[in-house]
Amino acid sequence: MTSVVLPSSRPREETPFRRFVSQFCESRLALVGLAVFVLIALAAIFASLIAPQNPYDLAQLDIMDARLPPGSSSSVGYTYLLGTDDQGRDMFSGMLYGLRISLGVGVGSAIFAAAVGTTLGLIAAWFGGKIDAAIMRLVDLQLSFPSILVALMILAVLGKGVMNVVLALIVVEWAYYARTVRATAMVERRREYIEAAECLALPWRRILFRHLLPNCLPPLIVIATQQVARAIALEATLSFLGLGVPITEPSLGLLIANGYQYMLSGKYWISFYPGIALLVTIVSINLVGDQLRDVLNPRLSR
Amino acid sequence: MLAWLIRRLIQAIFVIVAMTVIVFIGVHVIGNPVDVLISPEADQAERARIIATLGLDQPLWRQYLLFVIDALHGNLGRSFVFNEPALTLIAQRMPATMELAVTAVLLSIIIGVPLGLFAGLKPNNLISRTIMAGSILGFSLPTFWVGLMLIMVFAVQLGWLPSTGRGATAPLFGVQWSFLTWDGLRHMLMPALNLALFNISLVLRLTRAGVREILPMDFIKFARAKGLSPARVIFVHVLKNILIPVVTVVGLELGSTVAFAVVTESVFAWPGMGKLIIDSINVLDRPVIVAYLMMIVLLFVTINLIVDILYTILDPRVRLEHKA
Amino acid sequence: MTATIEVRNLRTHFFTRDGVVKAVDDVSFSVASGEVLGLVGESGSGKSVTGFSIMGLVDPPGRITGGSILYQGKDLAGLSERTLRMLRGNRIAMIFQDPMVTLNPVLRIDTQMIEAVRAHAPVSHSQARTQARDALGMVGIPSPEERLSAYPHQFSGGMRQRVAIAIALLHNPDLLIADEPTTALDVTIQAQILAEVQNLAARNGTALIWITHDLSVIAGLADRIAVMYAGRIVEAGESEAVLDRPLHPYTAGLIGSVPSRNRRGEALRQIPGTTPSLLRLPPGCAFRTRCARTDAMCEQEPPPAEPLPGRMARCFHPLLPVPA
Repeated sequence: MTSVVLPSSRPREETPFRRFVSQFCESRLALVGLAVFVLIALAAIFASLIAPQNPYDLAQLDIMDARLPPGSSSSVGYTYLLGTDDQGRDMFSGMLYGLRISLGVGVGSAIFAAAVGTTLGLIAAWFGGKIDAAIMRLVDLQLSFPSILVALMILAVLGKGVMNVVLALIVVEWAYYARTVRATAMVERRREYIEAAECLALPWRRILFRHLLPNCLPPLIVIATQQVARAIALEATLSFLGLGVPITEPSLGLLIANGYQYMLSGKYWISFYPGIALLVTIVSINLVGDQLRDVLNPRLSR
Repeated sequence: MLAWLIRRLIQAIFVIVAMTVIVFIGVHVIGNPVDVLISPEADQAERARIIATLGLDQPLWRQYLLFVIDALHGNLGRSFVFNEPALTLIAQRMPATMELAVTAVLLSIIIGVPLGLFAGLKPNNLISRTIMAGSILGFSLPTFWVGLMLIMVFAVQLGWLPSTGRGATAPLFGVQWSFLTWDGLRHMLMPALNLALFNISLVLRLTRAGVREILPMDFIKFARAKGLSPARVIFVHVLKNILIPVVTVVGLELGSTVAFAVVTESVFAWPGMGKLIIDSINVLDRPVIVAYLMMIVLLFVTINLIVDILYTILDPRVRLEHKA
Repeated sequence: MTATIEVRNLRTHFFTRDGVVKAVDDVSFSVASGEVLGLVGESGSGKSVTGFSIMGLVDPPGRITGGSILYQGKDLAGLSERTLRMLRGNRIAMIFQDPMVTLNPVLRIDTQMIEAVRAHAPVSHSQARTQARDALGMVGIPSPEERLSAYPHQFSGGMRQRVAIAIALLHNPDLLIADEPTTALDVTIQAQILAEVQNLAARNGTALIWITHDLSVIAGLADRIAVMYAGRIVEAGESEAVLDRPLHPYTAGLIGSVPSRNRRGEALRQIPGTTPSLLRLPPGCAFRTRCARTDAMCEQEPPPAEPLPGRMARCFHPLLPVPA
């Protein structure tokens, strides 16, 4: 993927991008996953427009409507599509806003982790030697510990809160990006176009980011999708344990935690529906990621 | 061989030391050690006394040495909440967690390997495809959610299994274990399965990939050319080749499993180390947090070391490498 | 002299996504007890698949689609897998090309030999071990007792091939199929292995099918030669006759391209063109596209003919000697 095919006399040129798209579309499952994810993302972005109620606005909540089953109607006129929680919040609205937080934290942390990890991976591959060894030692150390442990350590030291969760996620994730990018970059580094760029005496920053990085993208994209799913799952887990986002702005994990105590008395909907939303989000991202990995894998002959 | 072993040991010690430094920095530099180590309920005199004992007014490197020496003596502070040595608290709860983790790991092999074998030998079978789809779910689903679903289905709706707690225990070697009582086993089933789910998916996929890689190899064809029964070809020739990487991964995952027990223990109210740490973080019982982190790092490094040694023993080719 | 094995009109096709590959297309030959048949051809000519077909080791998407393989009056192509297994490694044995991957790397040599013994004979473990040790001695492996406890990677390529030969000959088979056993070995070792196999086969009266692409290897070894091209036998006869006075243009081309036959200073002679893909064979004679003697007649498939007594050639224009 280092050059674009020259235009030929064929009516429709098959650029690498077009080929990638058509190969991706070979899996219907992945397409379904993509469609579902886009739907979810849109729902989260436009939550304020779709949701019948703003769950953060205490004035809109009626405590008398607490713990109502799905389908009950509220005193204000609309139906509680998926029931209410113990504060009288409409589950559907709560889920939409919770999706916002879950996706926001998940994607946000993935982007930052990608930025940090990619930069370090590129630097390690470019400079080699002691810098490479040092960075890779750090990566290995980091990766030998389970993600939840690292997150726990950070949250134990820094305390709870959205920003701390994001920070914890970034610390957990950067190493995966660093390792993958370094591996790809070390291969690409030896190619002629990098040599050519060096001969032009371009500054190393420019070579790294304008020339090397674009060609390390395929595995990076695969890892990024997987990491977003992991970040969302990890944030949900941390919030469920009470170590994540604050109660005032619950993510899906916290919503599930809130409903946990009511599970045993049969009021399943408080935990169940946010759980489904979380599930569908994660699985759809994983489906897309799986197909991306198959399509972008250089070892599979296509 | 000995040279490799010594190098490996030094590596392990290095990691432990690095962890003590990190934890130390976390507590004494980033956090406020006064807050961390002294209960908020202590009065002025008590505070002064503790500051003097712990040497919090001394230069950092001295504090670090004190910290390490204390740790080596097993003194990692006293819990604010329970007013007992933190290490004792953790040691009391370790059997429950280890029981759960080891059961989960065993389950992952007992369930994962046969399923993976089947999926690998008959890849186009409908059952195989279902198994593989299930494995994707197995490691993408958040553990806590699966736990909740298990409780909802088996405890609330069907009433077959108890939803929380550890149930009855019986002593062995002076420690209380659940698996020795029927009630204890009933209580352990769901949490162990929940914890094992991720590992089962992992082992399953690994086994299947291994089978698909090994089956077309020449030595398998040669084994068949010798006239061996298919059972022998699969269970001796194929399996032995697969088991080595699988056991390695599973061994390494044991540490991860112990860490992830945090989630399962919270969902099922299982009285292990994990639940303790979550509760402690929530009430800011910091000595316990510090003690837990140190213990788990120690556990981790030890497990990794043992797995490495086991791998050397199991795979004859690696043995040669490490001899060189 | 009745033939030990007689192959008649064998067809083995592979049903791939891209089409049907006729790897073996109407192949007929026979081998008598104590006789050595050299099966010669380039890679892709179908010679290995012929060997696998006899053993019943053709894996999907391939299968035997026609013809018969007669052994002791029974047609191997129609036998059940169970019956075939009793014959494999027992009455009909095979050795493979690359000794580095023929033996299972994680099992000891004695394990792999003992299981071969006990698959077909009800002997005890220690008896089988003794047999294995004697077999190793027979193929010229020094200090067999220690070698038994070793792993394959501790042997060199030549030694591993000897072990494979020992295993193949454990039950004194009537037929031994050797699929390019010396291709992956050094030239000096090649000669040793050749001699070894020749001796053992002659001593026990084993029929031997030696599959190779290397004419120089087969020259001193085989009694009869069959040349394969694109899944068919294009020429067969006594080896001296075939090598000195080839009838088929392809055989002539093969002989001519052996480097030692070329004179210094001349350009190396080659057969022009490349082997056709087995998916898209030209109709008629498969060699048509590369033959200097081709004409309109060759668009029909040449039937097996006998232009000279005792010689078979599938050619409308064989290189007949000019009548005196």
